[in-house]
Amino acid sequence: MSATMTTPLLNISGVNKRFGGLQALTDVGIRIEKGQIYGLIGPNGAGKTTFFNVITGLYQPDTGKFELAGKPYSPSAPHQVAKAGIARTFQNIRLFGEMTALENVMVGRHVRTRQGVIGAILRHGAARAEEAAIRAKAQELLDFVGIGQFADRTARYLSYGDQRRLEIARALATEPTLLALDEPAAGMNATEKLALRELLVKIQGAGITILLIEHDVKLMMGLCDRISVLEYGKLIAEGLPAEIQKNKAVIEAYLGTGSTH
Amino acid sequence: MALLTFDTAHKPKQAYASMAVLLAVMLAFPFFASQFGNSWVRILDMALLYIMLALGLNIVVGFAGLLDLGYIAFFAVGAYLTGLMASPQFASLLESVVNYSPALGDSLVALFGEDIRANGIHLSVWVIVPLAAVTAGLFGALLGAPTLKLRGDYLAIVTLGFGEIIRIFMNNLNDPINFTNGPQGINLIDPIRIFGVSLAGEAGSKATVYIGGFGMPSVNAYYFLFLLLCIVTIFMTSRLQHSRLGRAWVAIREDEIAAKAMGINTRNVKLLAFSMGACFGGVAGAMFAAFQGFVSPESFSFTESIAVLAMVVLGGIGHIPGVVMGGVLLAALPEVLRHVVEPAQQALFGKVLIEAEVLRQLLYGLAMVVIMLYRPAGLWPSPRKEDRPAAALAKEEEEEAAA
Repeated sequence: MSATMTTPLLNISGVNKRFGGLQALTDVGIRIEKGQIYGLIGPNGAGKTTFFNVITGLYQPDTGKFELAGKPYSPSAPHQVAKAGIARTFQNIRLFGEMTALENVMVGRHVRTRQGVIGAILRHGAARAEEAAIRAKAQELLDFVGIGQFADRTARYLSYGDQRRLEIARALATEPTLLALDEPAAGMNATEKLALRELLVKIQGAGITILLIEHDVKLMMGLCDRISVLEYGKLIAEGLPAEIQKNKAVIEAYLGTGSTH
Repeated sequence: MALLTFDTAHKPKQAYASMAVLLAVMLAFPFFASQFGNSWVRILDMALLYIMLALGLNIVVGFAGLLDLGYIAFFAVGAYLTGLMASPQFASLLESVVNYSPALGDSLVALFGEDIRANGIHLSVWVIVPLAAVTAGLFGALLGAPTLKLRGDYLAIVTLGFGEIIRIFMNNLNDPINFTNGPQGINLIDPIRIFGVSLAGEAGSKATVYIGGFGMPSVNAYYFLFLLLCIVTIFMTSRLQHSRLGRAWVAIREDEIAAKAMGINTRNVKLLAFSMGACFGGVAGAMFAAFQGFVSPESFSFTESIAVLAMVVLGGIGHIPGVVMGGVLLAALPEVLRHVVEPAQQALFGKVLIEAEVLRQLLYGLAMVVIMLYRPAGLWPSPRKEDRPAAALAKEEEEEAAA
């Protein structure tokens, strides 16, 4: 541990979220240092995706304090969260199916570009330059995630693994400081998981912090710098992967307690 | 459709050649059609207006995926605005204002001049067109605002209601202040006058328009104006489609939640879609009013909204050339039926068994059913070569082998 405490990239505390009679999240917090790959695990229904949706502005929390790179941000609208620098993917892939792969990523550039109606119709110099920059950046990102050759394919005809990659490329197009991935390895085979792992390390290498929800504990243990564990909407453990593996509460959460049976 | 293509991105030469040929045909067409009578050119004029409407609706329904069943309301807004601002109607409006509140009446007279007491307001086309676009655009945003959280069926019902509200307003806004002249409609709307040339022809010219020494029927003059406006509309909508905004619209259509998560302010972008779509509807309405010289609430019924929507869906939702084709087919169909079917029945059976209007409804219904069953994306949908991955792959291999 370094002596000087740096400002964490993401610092969230005291999040409560209730759906009617169900307390989905109870006083949940998370603290992610810049450059980390941070894992969020937990059994089914533990509230991982709910927490994720709260962070990215899709659900409104009842309470909670949110800071990104030392600045408070309000998760009141997803588009503002994206603008603040958090990009996400979805558990069940949500691509723009009828658009090409390239167009999907170009949509991701929306939040960092500015041409409106006038620019679109007149297509003046600034508008043309911006459009060319959007296109170039989108192609670059497709190449980065390894599907550059499918730029002109309609998104919904891409293979499953490539759709996952495309979703990541689209998220990267918003120039995030934090990339939040909701179960990116779901439904992938061993080879695809290995490739995904390489991609995530590559993204980390590009200086982007990653928050990851995943079921595959093996993948998480090898990949993550730190891990939080959720159960029934409460945080039950936080620490290095090795610590989490030995944590009694975590083992009980996944395997059940032996003593009562 | 192999010969005609408008895919400028992939086949620029063929696309520009197609456009040039089409333009030449379109320019020559009224002279050919008027040989058979001016009524045929008149049909074309109306078809062009419907194309403008369909293109505007295509922004809302085709690009942004927001089902709007009350689109004709914006057409009505443009038409009535023209009715009010380019006819004697403002004089009777003023009269009712004076009866209601003399002070307000006096201030209106002070603002616009004594002349409006007798003659109403007569703005020029150069003012009317932008005014119609802006007013309809505002109404578009006004309709859009309460529907932002609605989707699918619910959105359709609210927009349907809005269309009806506008029509009922037109029917009833003649008391206490006479804005619309109620069910009687507004009459004597000024014809369009461009650089001093009236497109209706000067008095005593038998509706012939003289430009320089060259004379043509009034309907032909309107045809060229509407053609120009249609081309401008096509140009603007296609540029919008291939822009940052157009992509945002399609993204919302494809997956609104993902669009939000990608940082698109869906509220503003949807409102903009409603507004832009309404603008074109408003301009088309202004043209319609000036062309007919008369507007009444009957012209803006729910079936008109459906007719425009049918053009978009039947032609190829979201695909501009398809929408234009849908507009041509469905706008010309009833008129052609009227001119062909009834005389044909008259000749064959000695009487008219099925009226053209009834037959039109039948054919509309039949066409929609058949299209939805066999070509759900429309007659001329957006080209996507990956729609058949195997075929596309084979083609690629062919090209590689050739290279």
